[in-house]
Amino acid sequence: MAFNIIVCAKQVPDTNVIKINPKTGTLIRDGVPSILNHDDNNALEEALKIKDKYDDVHITVISMGPPQASDLLFECIAKGADEGILVSDRAVGGSDTWATSNTLEAAVRKWEKENGPYDIIFTGRQAIDGDTAQVGPQLAEKLNLPQVSYVEEFHMAEDRKTITVKRQLEDGYELIELQTPCLLTTIKELNTPRYMSVNGIFGAKDIKVWNAKDIEVDLTKVGLEASPTNVFRSFTPAPKAPGMKVEGDTENEQAKNLLINLKGKHII
Amino acid sequence: MAIEILKEKCTGCGLCFKSCPYDAFEFEPYDGNKLGRVAKVNAKCSFCNQCLTACRFGAIKEVQTASGDDRFKDYKHIWVYAEQRHGKIQNVALELIGEGRKLAKDISEDTQVCAILVGDKIDHLAQECFEYGAEKVYMIQDPLLEQYTTDGYTKVIYDAIQEYKPEIVLYGATHIGRDLAPRIAARCNTGLTADCTHLDVKVSKYIEFAKANTTLDTSTLDPNDPSTGIKQTRPAFGGNLMATIICPNTRPQMSTVRPGVMQKLERVPGATGEIVNVKPAITKDDIHVTVKDVVKSAKELVSLTDAKIICSGGRGLGGPEGFELIKQFADKVGGVVGSSRAAVDAGWIDHSHQVGQTGTTVKPEIYFACGISGAIQHQAGMSGSKIIVAINKDPDCPMMEIADYGIVGDLYKVIPEIIKEWDNAEELYDASTR
Repeated sequence: MAFNIIVCAKQVPDTNVIKINPKTGTLIRDGVPSILNHDDNNALEEALKIKDKYDDVHITVISMGPPQASDLLFECIAKGADEGILVSDRAVGGSDTWATSNTLEAAVRKWEKENGPYDIIFTGRQAIDGDTAQVGPQLAEKLNLPQVSYVEEFHMAEDRKTITVKRQLEDGYELIELQTPCLLTTIKELNTPRYMSVNGIFGAKDIKVWNAKDIEVDLTKVGLEASPTNVFRSFTPAPKAPGMKVEGDTENEQAKNLLINLKGKHII
Repeated sequence: MAIEILKEKCTGCGLCFKSCPYDAFEFEPYDGNKLGRVAKVNAKCSFCNQCLTACRFGAIKEVQTASGDDRFKDYKHIWVYAEQRHGKIQNVALELIGEGRKLAKDISEDTQVCAILVGDKIDHLAQECFEYGAEKVYMIQDPLLEQYTTDGYTKVIYDAIQEYKPEIVLYGATHIGRDLAPRIAARCNTGLTADCTHLDVKVSKYIEFAKANTTLDTSTLDPNDPSTGIKQTRPAFGGNLMATIICPNTRPQMSTVRPGVMQKLERVPGATGEIVNVKPAITKDDIHVTVKDVVKSAKELVSLTDAKIICSGGRGLGGPEGFELIKQFADKVGGVVGSSRAAVDAGWIDHSHQVGQTGTTVKPEIYFACGISGAIQHQAGMSGSKIIVAINKDPDCPMMEIADYGIVGDLYKVIPEIIKEWDNAEELYDASTR
């Protein structure tokens, strides 16, 4: 029987290049590229490493997003995933993490109904646009799976049932053992993602698009209306009052002037 | 909540389009004005309300859903998950007890802040919670709870929530808090807001906060609004935008809060309160993972959150050797070494030094940013510093804009001079005022 891995991935705006229009206080989104979320790239890579080792591994990438998010599935397949599924429907738009996990749960259940049991679900720890790190654990809860988040090292025994992982802590790590099926959320310390291969780029792409009806999700549990959290207000942080440039003809003068200022204001 | 367009007032000018961060406006044809069109809100709207003040014609209205009903009358008190590791309470939990106490008293005099302690043989920790402001401690102990496991802790805390019905639950946004909170929130089918940097319950206090710290137009908020639902402010879009999140229709309301953001209360030795011993219903079969080992890394402990002075280096150092200078600098001024993400990604320094959105949030007395351009993600982690000193070759980098003092120059020349003159500061100042 094949060893089935599901990877959950998200297309995100590259927040490193997002800028704020200082006059209007709104986001400048023109020309901001959409990318495969970093932690999700590590999730895919770990699945691919398992596939490198065993011949019967099948990797499915599931993403929820607008139609253009299928670009991300092309990228994942070009790196070596077997199929991509985009869950796309206006009914699931505006979902918070709870509603998103309900949508992904329904998609995973549909996949399971059609293809049989899965062994591991990998998700990135968090997405760079929201930084919540909530969807992975919430999906695990909905699917009633054991979870380990912040996985920085992964090892699977030859029986392909027992998994040992290192879970990153602020000041070290935990060594955790668990059995498949399970859900693991990954961080960048886990691996170095590969690039797309030429064969992958030009090869056949098995991409499906599922809507809310396809995944038979309860419409009272998805989308903006169903989400328990709402945005009350949003705003740009207040700009700070301008500081002063520390003058000086030489570095020594600059240093002295800085210290005089810090001392004068009782900062040091 | 919803945004409503009053068609008879809308001129079809499109000002609201520019104010919307979510691309949620479209035009629809309309005969009643010159341009023959009016704005329409589409499904992308997140009710951020940026458009309310953008419209000059009063054509955009916020439609409030009914509140003040008694759906939640059974839910009372604020809980803080008092995270402990190896019998030691995490600092962030004590900070949250302090914050929780303030919020509790804003809700009502008889609202309490309660600590929830989970583990084994941790009776002694209740006292510490009381001394930092907790009024009640729920103690959940079992040998199976000695180690943190997602399964075990989720089950016993969920059961306690079902029984005692808190109104708000706060967790530290640690690696454990961020693992546990979403799982509990999902089981409760309630909302959870991650990595909050500011919390309010009273609208009047939220208005005060917004006026002092943000560009938000508060004219659409009513300071006499009696509602006390939690208003959770957090960075969004990598810190480019701040969002305040509410959880209007489910209880408890839950947030994780970054360490180092809230203030601990002054410790009151000998303070006491009520201890409620909760008997957990937990068996071996409830726990599906085995913690084989917990390893503290040998790497030096970087206590950025408590540091009074931080000397931080970035891409401008040019290489790992630059951190030797930063270290000398930090040693001289009694500070701690920090870094930008770029320097960590380049492999110049361990990620435990990283300050910023994905690193540590800091608020020292002085933050020296050396060769750090000041990406918004970095600012998100250090803009709370009292004084920011930027040392950079580039006079136009973002860090210079937020710095209180900017030195334009070569950091390899400037920093040695600061080190050299540091001990002379008093004399230099006296000489300059004479």
